[in-house]
Amino acid sequence: MAQTLVNTRLRAAGTSVRTGPLAYWNPYLTGMLLGLVLLATYLVTGRGLGATGAFGAVAAWLAGAISPEHAATNLVHAKYWNDGAPLESWTLFLLVGAFVGALVSGVAGRRIAFTVERGPRVTDGQRLALAFVGGFVAAYGAKIAKGCTSGQALTGGSIFNVGSLVFMLAVFASAYALAYLVRKEWL
Amino acid sequence: MFPLSSFHEFSTAANLAMAVVLGFGFGFCLERAGFGSARKLTAVFYLYDMAVVKVMFTAIVTAMTGVFLLSAAGVLDIAELYLEPTNFAAQAIGGLVFGAGFIVGGYCPGTCVASMATGRKDGYAFALGMLAGVLAYAELTPGIDAWIKDTAQGAMTLPSLTGIGAGWWTLAFIAFLAFAGWGMSKLEARFAGLKPSAA
Repeated sequence: MAQTLVNTRLRAAGTSVRTGPLAYWNPYLTGMLLGLVLLATYLVTGRGLGATGAFGAVAAWLAGAISPEHAATNLVHAKYWNDGAPLESWTLFLLVGAFVGALVSGVAGRRIAFTVERGPRVTDGQRLALAFVGGFVAAYGAKIAKGCTSGQALTGGSIFNVGSLVFMLAVFASAYALAYLVRKEWL
Repeated sequence: MFPLSSFHEFSTAANLAMAVVLGFGFGFCLERAGFGSARKLTAVFYLYDMAVVKVMFTAIVTAMTGVFLLSAAGVLDIAELYLEPTNFAAQAIGGLVFGAGFIVGGYCPGTCVASMATGRKDGYAFALGMLAGVLAYAELTPGIDAWIKDTAQGAMTLPSLTGIGAGWWTLAFIAFLAFAGWGMSKLEARFAGLKPSAA
């Protein structure tokens, strides 16, 4: 009797949750897991994580499709040109893996949604334009700082790199200072 | 013994295969934490959900502790770990610009991949913007790279700068995380009213 009651309750709970996305994991637990991934990356490669380099590799590949000479001699593209094989980039393959990992996690958590993330006071079109502009600006910042949230903040921060800590403080200072101006986009 | 790359010559294929495996863990963690959603990410700047700081800080402290313990045990040679040279001006300016892109765009370069994998169209727009930005940087202002290199202060860590050992710094970061965790729970309670009901 008691067992039947428990089973009924479990089934009821199961059906009610099945309709929506599952809750995210505890941030401290997930942070610890992410830290172990970062540690493993250090142990294997000696270099930690990164993401912006993958975009640099694709940019060099695009430039090379138009003119290999230009891609090989441009000061920035040259770093990613890799003797004509810019797509054989460690960071690009890292992001390919990240895409699959996020997809698996998203499917398991029932969080796949073909939507636009925005607050109720902007349109989809406005949000997509702002996302593009934000991506452009973030890329420029990451190029100047020689890294992003992954490559500088996480990777450098965990080995006490002073420049990485300066970067992290500057990122948060800037975003907090601008948050009020763009509140319509999110709240 | 570690890092393996210093004691082993890996083939390109092996290197790239390891990148995919480690990337899987990276992307899985980002999505599990909610970082495939721009509203979850930007919530940190409106103080009602501090998950971004909690996850980042815990990840940093965890890796930091691991690096310290393994090097103290003589298993990991930290001199072999790559250290990006510090350039105060470049990292401060770059950080300010990056922060503006983060709050306007809603993602950072790694998290936009998690958002694309889970179908967010704004994540694709952000990635296209990034590609355009990286191309513009290379084509229009390649001289910035030379300036950064010429003006850099060089490799610099908190222990090397202060003379205080990495173990003490690790303990200080752990203590700060505990204190910050308490402070963030207070902030979240105070600004809970900003939280959108549907997200």
